[in-house]
Amino acid sequence: MLDLKNVSLTYSNGSKPVQALRGIDMKIEKGRSYAVIGPSGCGKTSLIYIMAGLMAPTQGEVLLHGEKLVKPERGTALILQEYGLLSWKTVWENAALGLVLRKVPEREIKEILERVFEELALTECIDRYPKQLSGGQKQRVALARALSLHPDILLMDEPLSALDALTREYMQKVIFNLLKRHQITCVLVTHSIEEAVYLGQEIIIFTACPGKICAKIANPAQGAEDYRDQLSFHEKCTEVRASLEVHSQSEE
Amino acid sequence: MKNSYLKNDKFLTYSSAIVIFFLAWELLALLLQNPALPRPIPALVSFFNVLPEGLWKHFLVSTYRVLTSLLLGLALAVPLGLYIGRNAKLDKWLSPQIYLLYPVPKIALLPVIFAIFNIGDLSKVILIVLIIFFQILIITRDAAKNIPDSTILSVLSLGATSREIYSHVIIPGCLPEIFTAVRISLGTAISVLFFAESFATFEGLGYFIFEAWSRINYPEMFAGIIAISLQGFVLFILVNLLQRVICPWLFK
Repeated sequence: MLDLKNVSLTYSNGSKPVQALRGIDMKIEKGRSYAVIGPSGCGKTSLIYIMAGLMAPTQGEVLLHGEKLVKPERGTALILQEYGLLSWKTVWENAALGLVLRKVPEREIKEILERVFEELALTECIDRYPKQLSGGQKQRVALARALSLHPDILLMDEPLSALDALTREYMQKVIFNLLKRHQITCVLVTHSIEEAVYLGQEIIIFTACPGKICAKIANPAQGAEDYRDQLSFHEKCTEVRASLEVHSQSEE
Repeated sequence: MKNSYLKNDKFLTYSSAIVIFFLAWELLALLLQNPALPRPIPALVSFFNVLPEGLWKHFLVSTYRVLTSLLLGLALAVPLGLYIGRNAKLDKWLSPQIYLLYPVPKIALLPVIFAIFNIGDLSKVILIVLIIFFQILIITRDAAKNIPDSTILSVLSLGATSREIYSHVIIPGCLPEIFTAVRISLGTAISVLFFAESFATFEGLGYFIFEAWSRINYPEMFAGIIAISLQGFVLFILVNLLQRVICPWLFK
């Protein structure tokens, strides 16, 4: 459904051009989840912005459902590292924002949000402001905002990086269940090997400066019951770690 | 419980500020022993004597001039500041001009203002607007500049138009700083007004003070000073209350 063909991105840093991405070929298939992992500064955030139609590549093209992507599309939802919540809106207003912008009638917004809030256990926080929430709650509000739009594809840029270890694992499970239940296609950018293996059916390994794909690792066992406790999960983590190490050494 | 405690706490801090102010005044007057600085009690007695005899009229005229200038200054500077702050190219061209005009002593332009707008209320308002315009402009511009791009991108990804980015993100995001600008300009407006009212008018607290001074009636002059101080005090409290209503998220 989303095709990146030979995508490169160069931006100017002062007078010096910097290549952030080089020759990225990716085919995102419907209903599957992809985890992109790599060192800092490998252009992962730029990649997500390009996929969201917020940034145009300097070379190559991005096709969504066969058509060239030039602006944010309705079926795409984006969750950023800092959650993208507006501190001046309540939880309810933040979650409703996408629907409000799409001019959905108020009654319908109420119905949709009540359902989503129940699913994400947010009902008790609707009148609070983001600064009154824990990291995990903020993340769930960001998810609620994305889910309320019934997205086909969910793009996430290190969505759980600010959370403590236990909340992080809990939120990984929340995201996993949502993707499965709603059949959402997902691209997740992460720093964490465990997160990539837990959530990605395919793990895409990037190298830095410029960011390019150096390996794609299939993860067929992903989604198995209690995957995190299984031997195959740990083996896959080891494989991804080894791949990251090999490619970072070859870069050096 | 907590609220009423805070309310009591606030009452205590405000009333103690008044007590400390008058104590310091008393002390200084005792030390100085000069008719130019009367003790606070005679000044207060004079204040309550002249208040019904016409001081209230001067108070209202001055308040009207301050508020009109403030509203006009905000109406001109806030939209421009928000726009320049989010438009790097325009900022690059306009900022040098702002920095060139900002330090120009506008009070020195008073004869020019009188020549254009005559010596009525309008010229006083224009003088204050010219001065506070730049303060509000610079604070608002910087506030708009400091809104993180990721916040704007996350709302753009929901399909917001540029107008909706202003109404949902930039304007509410800058409101706390706009209130800071209001507080700073309020102080400036009152001091400038005092000067502007010192000639070519028979109304306003500035006129009242200078007129009492010319008669060497120091207690009456200080009644005028108390009135100006009271005016600022009340207006600052009103601005704070307004901020509580408009920016409730700051007080949670």
